[in-house]
Amino acid sequence: MTTRGHLDECVHCGFCLPVCPTWINWGEEMDSPRGRIDLLRGVRDGKLEFDGPVALHLDRCLGCMACMTACPSGVRYDLVIEEARAQRELAVPRGLFDRLHRAALFSLFPYPRRLRLAAALLFLYSRSGLQWLMRATGLLRLVSSRLATLDALVPRIGTASLASGLPARLPAAGERRARVGLVTGCVQGVFFPNVNAATARVLVAEGCEVVVPPGQGCCGALSTHAGRLDEARRLVRGLIERFEAVEVDVVVINSAGCGSHLKDCQRLFAGDPFEPRAAAFSKKVRDVNELVDSLPPRAVRHPLQARVAYHSPCHLGHAQRLTAPPRALLRAIPGLELIEIADGDQCCGSAGIYNLVQPASADQIGARKAAAVLASGASWLASANPGCTLHIQRQLRERGATIRAAQPIEILDASLRGRTEPDGG
Amino acid sequence: MPESHAEIETDELARRMSAVVGEAHCISDPAGLSVYECDGLSHGRIRPRLVVLPASTEEVVEVVRLAHDAGVPLVPRGSGTGLSGGARPTPGGVVVALSRMRRVLEVNLEDGWVRLEPGVINLDVTRAVQGRGWYYAPDPSSQSICSIGGNVAENSGGAHCLKYGFTVNHVLGARLVLDGGEVVDLGGPSPDTTGYDLLAALVGSEGMLGIVTEVTLRLLRKPEATRTFLATFPSSDEAGEAVSGIIAAGILPAAIEMMDTLAIQAAKAATGLNWPEVGSILLMDVDGPLAEAEHTSAAAIGIARSAGALEVRIPVDEAERQLMWKGRKSAFAAVGRLSPNYMVEDGVIPRSEIARVLREIGRMAGEAGLRVANVFHAGDGNLHPLVLYDARNPGEEEKAAKLGGDILRLCVRLGGSITGEHGVGAEKAAYMADMFAPEDLETMFLVRCAFDPEARFNPDKVFPTPRLCGERPGPYRPHPAEAAGLVERW
Repeated sequence: MTTRGHLDECVHCGFCLPVCPTWINWGEEMDSPRGRIDLLRGVRDGKLEFDGPVALHLDRCLGCMACMTACPSGVRYDLVIEEARAQRELAVPRGLFDRLHRAALFSLFPYPRRLRLAAALLFLYSRSGLQWLMRATGLLRLVSSRLATLDALVPRIGTASLASGLPARLPAAGERRARVGLVTGCVQGVFFPNVNAATARVLVAEGCEVVVPPGQGCCGALSTHAGRLDEARRLVRGLIERFEAVEVDVVVINSAGCGSHLKDCQRLFAGDPFEPRAAAFSKKVRDVNELVDSLPPRAVRHPLQARVAYHSPCHLGHAQRLTAPPRALLRAIPGLELIEIADGDQCCGSAGIYNLVQPASADQIGARKAAAVLASGASWLASANPGCTLHIQRQLRERGATIRAAQPIEILDASLRGRTEPDGG
Repeated sequence: MPESHAEIETDELARRMSAVVGEAHCISDPAGLSVYECDGLSHGRIRPRLVVLPASTEEVVEVVRLAHDAGVPLVPRGSGTGLSGGARPTPGGVVVALSRMRRVLEVNLEDGWVRLEPGVINLDVTRAVQGRGWYYAPDPSSQSICSIGGNVAENSGGAHCLKYGFTVNHVLGARLVLDGGEVVDLGGPSPDTTGYDLLAALVGSEGMLGIVTEVTLRLLRKPEATRTFLATFPSSDEAGEAVSGIIAAGILPAAIEMMDTLAIQAAKAATGLNWPEVGSILLMDVDGPLAEAEHTSAAAIGIARSAGALEVRIPVDEAERQLMWKGRKSAFAAVGRLSPNYMVEDGVIPRSEIARVLREIGRMAGEAGLRVANVFHAGDGNLHPLVLYDARNPGEEEKAAKLGGDILRLCVRLGGSITGEHGVGAEKAAYMADMFAPEDLETMFLVRCAFDPEARFNPDKVFPTPRLCGERPGPYRPHPAEAAGLVERW
């Protein structure tokens, strides 16, 4: 008897369709989780070639995992799509521009030092008037819609982005409740340094000793989700080794996509001698919202008058099934009014590098999210993932609207410090 | 003069269809076509010639005209969740997928109706009006994804149809595109009782009369109160007795659902519910004005207890209530966790026979060496035995199909039916002759021919032996020319 693969767990009920952003986009079966599984079964059973159209429908999947929340049969779509993406790279060669674009992304994002250099260039680009010129003339869009998308996404770079970070150890305020290692991330650390600072401050205030292992690189999440598994193994192994050197009770992460990958990274080492070390590390990983929510509050929450809409990042809500902790953390702040966004469990279209490689689809999805955010009447958007925040802010900007955005942990930090609003935004 | 469908090249047909719906919405590549080979019934796949996704009534009209001129059959398809293969493609035919037609066109709460396109999802009807205290009553378990067009085609039911009736009781009007492209409006928002009830003939016609491009649905006010409880029983004997007792006492619950041990296990695995794995549970909703709901619910709980309930659980809040219903509604698909393959059956029996029939099903399953999970609308006597099997074991699929067929015949023998709400489609056509005499089938066929004389729409469904309109069924009758001695029998 053959082993039952994940593809066979799908009973074709269709419950995944209405939650799939691309099915909502086009109403087509091939761009639904059920359809993609069907395509992969067809390929496996020799009824279909792994050709351009099959690759196209796989490429259009955001990997948001909303289908996993909806699936009554418990299909492991995360594993299905990850494996399919690895196969896809081998089966259907990408065009030259696509290859270069991806090569550029994957040789930039995972490396904080390169990102910091890029941030410096972007700082000059945005302040020199060149960005204004490129946008005003539409020159960039003429060259490439992908580059234009990248340009539109770039956050406002502050000088904090250009320096690297946090001290290696911060003692707990009061009696120590845990010794926590902080993953500083790549994009998070460079483009949103305030988030790491806020994370560290909240943890310290709540009685955690915070350790920041030096020399951290990317955790490999982007590579894993794109099916670049060798690269992912190399990156996550490097990160795990840094954390093994500092001995902590908990590894805390404030980026949802990275967290879901790190909680499950031992899979990448199945049968490898490194597997038990990866498993030991995975067990310690907690999202910052999850960790703070699990600690009985110790620090005083000062009132914060704000109407805050919470955007649930897919890798937190669907992949890690953490929907309650970030909301609980916000609700505990006096004066803060927590607002739900309509269809709040749906992806915003950012999805790792999806908005960079599938801009048209990402825009369609983002437009729905932007409309829902605007309709909520919130003054702040709380999102626990940097990619989502950038994408939603860009969608709003293009509609002539703005909303101040911060991570829940930054908002909590502001409350603990008695500020009227978070540092970022 | 229509061309025969062998005559037109698929490429040419695709060109013509693309000109109507746009190239992006005419699917002709093998990968795209392969995912439309089946609906919610995933065995017996047939690859369609083309799939088109029109966006308006006008586009549907043009698609139908093209198919008519080319002599090509059409199969309408909603969300593809049907469990009887009603949207399974016809060999050589074109699938008309309506999932892009999903606009809510008009909401009129003053008169309590909504007009919408057929691709709108059942639950989205309620979502569109619930903020104002209204809802759409029929609630198939797949309501989060099944389309209104599909509901109209199948006359879909659902847990709460016990009190509120099936889809047919909630469709006020429909716009229908007939073969050749004629557009007709049946019914409408105002009561329309003059003449034959053609709308009732359309609802449940399984996509065989034409393509519905607009539907007007009745909306209801949300009841003031709903009381839900879950009762556990040692076996289906006591649960069945409770159901009969409740109905006999004159109580009309909004829903009474029954699940057996296997179904309970599946629902728990899918939702994390903490239900005990007893022999049988009943999940019941009573609704109406607060005082009535309280009173009736207490009476029903009393009857359940005296029938032998082990425990009665009442959800503490709306979230727990929703979770209980989610457990019930995801049970079908959740059975995928218990078995690699299963067949969903859909038979109806007199309510009073529930316990006896479930015992008999258990015995038949034991004989066949297979497991059967039961999760169903007990108040309607609408059974859903799920026959579990493993297709990798040689002969097991055939054994399962035979057991399913035997269960349906048992239902018919007891005065019931081979389908309660899933439709006949491709799957149950073979059992129609067990339920209907040839004359009955002939009469049904005449209705079909009156709407669709060339059998353009979904031609090979429902009837056990597909044929063309005008063909005479039954015993041989000599042709007048033969009777006159002019020709020999041909």
